Amino acid sequence: MKKVSALHNLNLEVEEGEIFGYVGPNGAGKTTTLKILTGLIYPTSGNAWILGRDIRDVAIKKDIGFLPEGPYFYDYLTAKEFLYFYGQLFGMRKREIEKKVGELLDLVELRHVKDIQLRRFSKGMLQRIGIAQALINDPKLLLLDEPMSGLDPIGRAKIKEIILQLKETGKTILFSSHILSDVEMLCDRVGILTQGRLIDVGSLDTLLGSGIKSIEIVTSHIAKDTLREIETVAEKVTLRDEKLVIVVNGEEDKDRVLGIINRNNGRLISLTPGRKTLEEYLVEKVNREVAL
Amino acid sequence: MKIRAIMINTFREAIRDKVLYSLLFFALLMIGGSILLGRLTIGENIKIIKDMGLASISIFGMLIAIFVGIGLVYKEIDKKTIYTVIAKPVHRYQFLLGKYLGLILTLLVEVAIMSFGLLLLVLSYEGHAELSILKAILLIFFELMTITAVAILFSSFSTPILSGLFTLAVYIVGHLSRDLLAFGAKSENAMIKYSTAFIYYSLPNLDNFNIKGKIVHQALVSWEYLSFAMLYGVLYISITLLLSMVIFQKRDFR
Repeated sequence: MKKVSALHNLNLEVEEGEIFGYVGPNGAGKTTTLKILTGLIYPTSGNAWILGRDIRDVAIKKDIGFLPEGPYFYDYLTAKEFLYFYGQLFGMRKREIEKKVGELLDLVELRHVKDIQLRRFSKGMLQRIGIAQALINDPKLLLLDEPMSGLDPIGRAKIKEIILQLKETGKTILFSSHILSDVEMLCDRVGILTQGRLIDVGSLDTLLGSGIKSIEIVTSHIAKDTLREIETVAEKVTLRDEKLVIVVNGEEDKDRVLGIINRNNGRLISLTPGRKTLEEYLVEKVNREVAL
Repeated sequence: MKIRAIMINTFREAIRDKVLYSLLFFALLMIGGSILLGRLTIGENIKIIKDMGLASISIFGMLIAIFVGIGLVYKEIDKKTIYTVIAKPVHRYQFLLGKYLGLILTLLVEVAIMSFGLLLLVLSYEGHAELSILKAILLIFFELMTITAVAILFSSFSTPILSGLFTLAVYIVGHLSRDLLAFGAKSENAMIKYSTAFIYYSLPNLDNFNIKGKIVHQALVSWEYLSFAMLYGVLYISITLLLSMVIFQKRDFR
């Protein structure tokens, strides 16, 4: 068997109370990182600390919640038994567990199915009960591996809602994902991992640039002459539903186009600034890294 | 507390599995079937019933021990259910011990049900409950605990099929190991002498637990002998489990 080094010199810092998105292509080492942090595999060299403590200390896990990728759980247990079991693994008292299980079933909206075996749960429900088990100990740090993968839009929306709710309660959340629109919507900061190396870390604004990439202007009632004038400035002009869609680069061009429209009594319908998406950024970055 | 939680969870998994009930059903069927065989022999039918009953408990117990035992750890890794457990403040040895004890609890319940069936049968034939049978069952149970520990040891580093074959081999050789030692002692060849001695001392001597024949023929089995056999079992199980824990501690769950 060939030994593959999955991670190299990874130095990842997550700040307290933030949602950190851990992104990168398949096989980049995202899951490996989380498995090392939770003690499922051992690093060949190096150390890892969480909340200032060495991960080899089992007691550190009292402050961590972990949801592995893909829902694989004891499917012969009912939702309530399932959460109860994990409560016991933290040495919690019976009454304490019962209270917490009730709260969590409400949070993930599964109280109505608490006495049903997990084998009868849908994927979305399993993912939610998975988040609930990760929260049984009221952890400071939550590690979620692909919490939204394989879910339908409604399931994803629910998970997002739960994650935002958790952030409000002051939890630090690190989640890996390749659904980048979700990461963009939820995360304060993002780390990009490729081929086992962390190639970029920062807030979305710093990574994607607060600068606007392009602006889309939608207008109507434009005469032919005016259109010709606009075309000299704009990047792209198209007709959509009898409206004119104009794409310009930068503020200056935007002002010039708006001036032309005004002067010729055109009607402005909408103005949308577009910035580079995380997806575009990631593809660009990873391709550059691979090319090096 | 944590070990207990894992034990109960393992027990729960077993009792919610239909395979176990069919095994138990067949065991009870075989114990009951001994009546028919007993009818075929003249005068000795109670011996046949006891003999077959005890053999059924032993064989079906062994089947459960091996088949559940080899999958015990493997299934958790294969189905990735172990991920969430190891990510909690649980030491790996606690996990392994919990799994082991869960299966022992399952075996205890199974053996208790089968024993109850056998005792009931004997009672209906002889008119009084024969408690010396319990001595034989006690040692059968220790044998099952030993086999389970061996199954766990193999499954802590190997696939279920290989673990099953290894454990079955240990079971068979374990019953022959005293003969092997006697054979080796007579041999002139040093190689044979040492290798048979090695097998004898490293594999469990399962004949220590076999007093079925004596009990059926109403020979006396002393408590001293029982204590020796049980102590031997506890020692062998402890060493085997310790070894499994050392191996399990080093594993990566990919």
